Amino acid sequence: MAEPVSKAAEIALASQKNAARRHQLLAMPSLLIITLFGIGPLLVILVYSFLKAAPYGGVEWKFSTDAYLNFLFQRDIFDDTLQFSPDYLFIYLRSVIFAVVTTAVCLIIGFPTAYFMATRPPEQRSWWVLLITIPFWSNLLVRTLAIMFIIRDEGVINTVLMNWHVIDKPITMLYTNFAIVLGLLYSYLPFMVLPLYSSLEKLDFRLVEAGFDLYADKRRVLWRIIIPLAKPGIVAGCLLVLIPAIGAYVTPLILGGGLHLMIGDLIAQQFGSGRNWPLGAAQALILMAAVMVALFFYVRNSSGKMHHE
Amino acid sequence: MGLADNKAAIAAQNVSKVFRGAGQEAVAALDNVSLTINQNEFFTLLGPSGCGKTTLLRLIAGFEFPTDGHIYLYGEDIALLPAYKRPVNTVFQNYALFPHMTVAQNIAFGLEMLGKPKAEIDARVLAMLKLVRMEELSGRKTSQISGGQQQRVALARALAPKPKVLLLDEPLSALDYKLRKEMQIELKRLQTETGITFIFVTHDQEEALTMSDRIAVMSKGKVLQVGTPHEIYDHPAERFVANFIGETNFLKGEIVSSAKGVPRVKLEAGPTISADAPRGGQPAGKVTVVLRPEQATLVPAGKGELQGVVDNVVFFGTDTHFHVRLADGSMFMTRQQNSGANAGGPKAGDKAGIQLAANAARILKD
Repeated sequence: MAEPVSKAAEIALASQKNAARRHQLLAMPSLLIITLFGIGPLLVILVYSFLKAAPYGGVEWKFSTDAYLNFLFQRDIFDDTLQFSPDYLFIYLRSVIFAVVTTAVCLIIGFPTAYFMATRPPEQRSWWVLLITIPFWSNLLVRTLAIMFIIRDEGVINTVLMNWHVIDKPITMLYTNFAIVLGLLYSYLPFMVLPLYSSLEKLDFRLVEAGFDLYADKRRVLWRIIIPLAKPGIVAGCLLVLIPAIGAYVTPLILGGGLHLMIGDLIAQQFGSGRNWPLGAAQALILMAAVMVALFFYVRNSSGKMHHE
Repeated sequence: MGLADNKAAIAAQNVSKVFRGAGQEAVAALDNVSLTINQNEFFTLLGPSGCGKTTLLRLIAGFEFPTDGHIYLYGEDIALLPAYKRPVNTVFQNYALFPHMTVAQNIAFGLEMLGKPKAEIDARVLAMLKLVRMEELSGRKTSQISGGQQQRVALARALAPKPKVLLLDEPLSALDYKLRKEMQIELKRLQTETGITFIFVTHDQEEALTMSDRIAVMSKGKVLQVGTPHEIYDHPAERFVANFIGETNFLKGEIVSSAKGVPRVKLEAGPTISADAPRGGQPAGKVTVVLRPEQATLVPAGKGELQGVVDNVVFFGTDTHFHVRLADGSMFMTRQQNSGANAGGPKAGDKAGIQLAANAARILKD
């Protein structure tokens, strides 16, 4: 375009640029925090994972890939050969299974809850949201310990059941897989309900009526109309539960009694009693990489589908 | 009464609907409504917002259930049947197209839910796309098409399962004036081509008059009058109907004689004129006479039945409205067609006479 740009257009363009610059400034505080406390420590972990472990914790400033090798292999004490050892992989697998089960149960319980909230009269809805956030008012550790007191052998449930003569021996619930999933479920349920609620609240219920009008019964209206339209909320809720649940630390430690090692415990051990900081750093990074790769494929898959439809 | 007659597509019998909000007073949206809608009819429920017309439509669709009364579909009482079991489809006010489906998937939805075989669904969807002239856009998402196109898809979706009755809830209200005119003609064409009974809800009297075979005028949960557009316009039974449909002059007067069944009314504005009695009634005493603006002609002062002073002249392009103040102080409006030659008509402040057309005045059933 060789045409001279008019004065007015020039001013408009300049003010647009100004506005863009101002908007960048608005993002500065959060960018600063993310860089300083998010990306910075990650880089430290990355560097540590390629260093040698010092005998009493900490690191020696010598390059080494031992941490990554140790993740999959065990060095024989006598002849120094590497032998494949899937112990850590099993722990990862167990964590993923626990997290997936937790996410699934959260979704099954959370969806009807969110639907109920979204169908209340508008003036009541914020009260329900407030109720959902009540658990956040107390500390996670306290809440987890409270669960412990409820489900242990001498806990509320067993005492009541025994008094009513439903059972004559206490059911062991504490320090089992059940306890871990229960704890995770309790901790993360609000993270499932809130995004589900926000997408169901936006749902146009005339579409539900249109479904009924076009001969769909309740079940098919749910599967063909409500669930597809609530998909953004379902995806967000599942990610918000799955990712932190994989790396959960406090809940499995307290309710699992350390009998069932999970990723969080494992990594913490390396920095504590294990005194192998590079291994801990490598384990943390491997977890992060695995989650990122899974997410990448998921997002690429689902956005590709949307384009094809 | 023969309301459950098999010939009637829809027969509503003493239908009432009361809404009870929490802690609020019960509101009667429909009050003992009885209506018969014939097969292949383009039937319009007309009235201002809050008159109960949409409630009646939702009762027929099955989104709400009546508090009292019966609704028959070809003789079968459907009042308590859930919506998905009724062979009735709806075109919603805001179309309510499924945003996660394409145009074709939207149209196929009802057929799929009815469990039709795939080949039949495909053929029917294609036929529907052709009917509403949307073949090219079948693969589009519903968010990627214009309002007028969404309207066509909504029609195709509702017509695809071949409903016994099609319900239309103010489907044209979101369109601009020109598109609305086009769609009025389009709707009438679709109704003739498909032979399906249409029940159309609107608050727009012009829309109702142009498209309908019959109109039910509703107000405050009651049906005031049912009839063809001509009957409703020419013989309004009540003041509300006369006022709501078209423009009307209301003249106060008193009946002086009823010789040969033709009442003579002495108007407060002066003259005594003949006026039609309302159907099924012999009025007496003080009455209100109505007269449409186009049934009165402006003539020079001294001539015609009524005399007055021109108060206001409003130019409308095709015609001009003259507001004339009569002897008793009331306003009378006449509408004169513009031929281009009569630019020098009466102006505000001029004295003028009004000539009333013969047999045009009607007495209201007050």
